[in-house]
Amino acid sequence: MGEAESQRLAHLKPNLERRALVYSHTRVFFQESGFFEVDTPLRMPEIAPEQYIIPIESEGWFLCTSPELHMKRLLASGYEKIFQFSRCFRKGERGRWHNPEFTLLEWYRRDADYRQMVRDAEELVLALVEKLSGSSSLSYQGKGIDLSLPWLEVTVREVFLRSAGWDPIAQPNPARFDDDLVTRVIPSFPDDQPVVLLDYPAVLGSLARVKPENPQIAERAEVFIGGMELANAYSELVDVVEQTRRFRAEIEHIKCDTGREVPLPQKFLRALVDMPPCGGIALGMDRLVMILCDAASIDDVMPFTMDNI
Amino acid sequence: MDIADVKKNQKLLIDSVPYNVVDAEFVKPGKGRAIYRLRLKNLFTNSTIDRTYHSGEKVDTANVTAQGKQYLYKEGDRYVFMSTDTFEQVSIPEEQIGDKKNYLKEGDVITVLMLDDRAIDVTVATFVNLTVVRTEVGSRTATITAQNKSAVMETGAVIDVPVFVQKGDVLKIDTRTGTYVERISAKK
Repeated sequence: MGEAESQRLAHLKPNLERRALVYSHTRVFFQESGFFEVDTPLRMPEIAPEQYIIPIESEGWFLCTSPELHMKRLLASGYEKIFQFSRCFRKGERGRWHNPEFTLLEWYRRDADYRQMVRDAEELVLALVEKLSGSSSLSYQGKGIDLSLPWLEVTVREVFLRSAGWDPIAQPNPARFDDDLVTRVIPSFPDDQPVVLLDYPAVLGSLARVKPENPQIAERAEVFIGGMELANAYSELVDVVEQTRRFRAEIEHIKCDTGREVPLPQKFLRALVDMPPCGGIALGMDRLVMILCDAASIDDVMPFTMDNI
Repeated sequence: MDIADVKKNQKLLIDSVPYNVVDAEFVKPGKGRAIYRLRLKNLFTNSTIDRTYHSGEKVDTANVTAQGKQYLYKEGDRYVFMSTDTFEQVSIPEEQIGDKKNYLKEGDVITVLMLDDRAIDVTVATFVNLTVVRTEVGSRTATITAQNKSAVMETGAVIDVPVFVQKGDVLKIDTRTGTYVERISAKK
């Protein structure tokens, strides 16, 4: 056991050294762009109610599923550009791309929208690749990926019509959406460049605002590289009435589906009253490191996963 | 069993058919529903299918075990095997055994895959030694390029062999490809 662990960790060392380098370059990137690093709690009495994100409970509170609510409370108090690396915990998520404890890199900008947040992510990833490899492309699992800007953008409506044969904006169907996204849409993406998927159905908007000119569409974007979902961006919803309505609906869904009781995040909703328009994005740090290390599994970029903790 | 607990190489029973889990992948859109994609090999036909499951779904495990049994003989279109401990006999139809019938030697102990108490498949060794029962006499009439000829083995398998092979020789055969590897011993 001891020897097997030493061998495993020796084998992972180059990836973990690269991981450390990715963290320090990322910090420099944000500092140079005028952001400052914050640190919000990992254990909290309230989280955003989300049907498919199952929290791990801790003495009646929850381990952080995302730092979103606390970071938004900072924004509501006048902070303008903030970022953080946050450990997050989501029950039952385990696979080649998942470990129940993982790291989100999350950042927010006041007076920005989801497109601006995606541009930040593009610039960050490109800067990291250039720093680490001296080029704007990389090889991931045998495929060359060109990361030069601009990245390919497609809307949810066009790509679903093309790959799955239906329009999720006109006929929202969340259950079918996830299945088709995984089995039809993502596999249809080109594998030699990143893909930005834009404009989700409003019912899948969660904490994103809807387009002023079309309330069926949420200003939400996701970034995919090598078939892997890397980041999720919103133009943040700052309408407290609408946010409360969505949370209540979500709480009801969760209760009906699973019997799980989730409290309404009151402190966050009170802060939302003062929140200015802003954009936010969460990027899976472990997956970014996977791409930059050409690693097939999240297990190759973490020293200890749930299976060898 | 909960779908979340399914691992590679487990055996599942779906619509009364046993499957081996070739691959189990957990895919979950960040905000979306957890999806389990299984690649399954039908243990009757060896064909492969893909199935998608969602969190909370249940699947049945198949009680599939691998047991050493002696191959006795062929009776009609069924191959008969016997447990060397209990002397109980089981049989598998020829169509289910497929090409592996070419490597079954009476008296050999091999691995039989059982679904509950029913035999469903056999595993043969990668290499087996078989005796030639019939082949043309070492032929000089063959053309220069044709260095091979056919030989019928004790199991009925027909194998391409070099021209020097004779009836009674024992040959090492690769069961994955059905090809001659080497001559183990010449006819005594």
